[in-house]
Amino acid sequence: MGALSRRVAIITFPGSNCDDDCAHVLGDVLGYEVVRVWHKETQLPDSCDAVCIPGGFSYGDYLRSGAIARFSPIMEAVIAFANAGGTVIGICNGFQILLESGLLEGAMQHNESGKFVCKPVHLKVGRKDSRFTHKVDLDRPLLVPIAHMEGNWSCDDATFERLQAAGQILFQYCDEEGVVSAASNPNGARGNVAGLLNVEGNVLGMMPHPERYSEELLGGEDGKMLFTSMLER
Amino acid sequence: MRAIVEVMLNSKVLDPQGKAVEGALSNMGLSAVKGVRIGKRIELEIAEGLSQEEAQAQVEEAADKLLANPVIETWSISWER
Repeated sequence: MGALSRRVAIITFPGSNCDDDCAHVLGDVLGYEVVRVWHKETQLPDSCDAVCIPGGFSYGDYLRSGAIARFSPIMEAVIAFANAGGTVIGICNGFQILLESGLLEGAMQHNESGKFVCKPVHLKVGRKDSRFTHKVDLDRPLLVPIAHMEGNWSCDDATFERLQAAGQILFQYCDEEGVVSAASNPNGARGNVAGLLNVEGNVLGMMPHPERYSEELLGGEDGKMLFTSMLER
Repeated sequence: MRAIVEVMLNSKVLDPQGKAVEGALSNMGLSAVKGVRIGKRIELEIAEGLSQEEAQAQVEEAADKLLANPVIETWSISWER
């Protein structure tokens, strides 16, 4: 038993498809207590240490990714949890839902290429003192896979400057040397943004899937450090 | 009564779908077309007995909070009887 006793809620919407992967990594690999929560519920489990909104295609991406899930009953509880300082991570479609909920700023557009992009990408970590990265102990960029059609994050100039100045841009797409450039941008996201914090730093949205690179057997385990960071503070 | 909500990406936002259609039209040799932007038309059937003001207010709320994302989209409402 290496892991501390921690409880994490994983939300499932109709069309979520990375919820089992998240449950496997958080529960089987890392040994935390996982509570599965259906989107129609109105309360999170008691003494929950974190909430994970997994990837997938909630409501078939109808209207816009995440737009309909945002109005699922459980989201009121998730928003209240986040506003009270609770740790929330949204991965891929989870990031899109957090944007639609107003917990994070900006909006997702279709990838600039018009194509679905699925590949491992390098991520420059903006800061290692955040709730989600304090256990990242590497002198190279993270390697974590993306798989999405709408990951082209955007916002207006004033918002971008404010987010940057406040240190809210946690991950940027980069090359293996850590250089952030147009060539290392897989989807057209403004400022190569791959992961974004809220101003308080307790809510993270990210397009890459850390749960898919949390075991060496599956290609890498850089993703694991984000989960241990957010749960072992 | 029916409300028609049209949602368009705001003009500064790149529209990859529009670009792809533009490319296909050009491949068809339709040189008259200079640009394409794709949006959504959403038809809302409105309950009887509401005042026009009340219906307008609710449709605006629907457009603003759910049907469009004001960060990247604009919307407009028209009415059919």
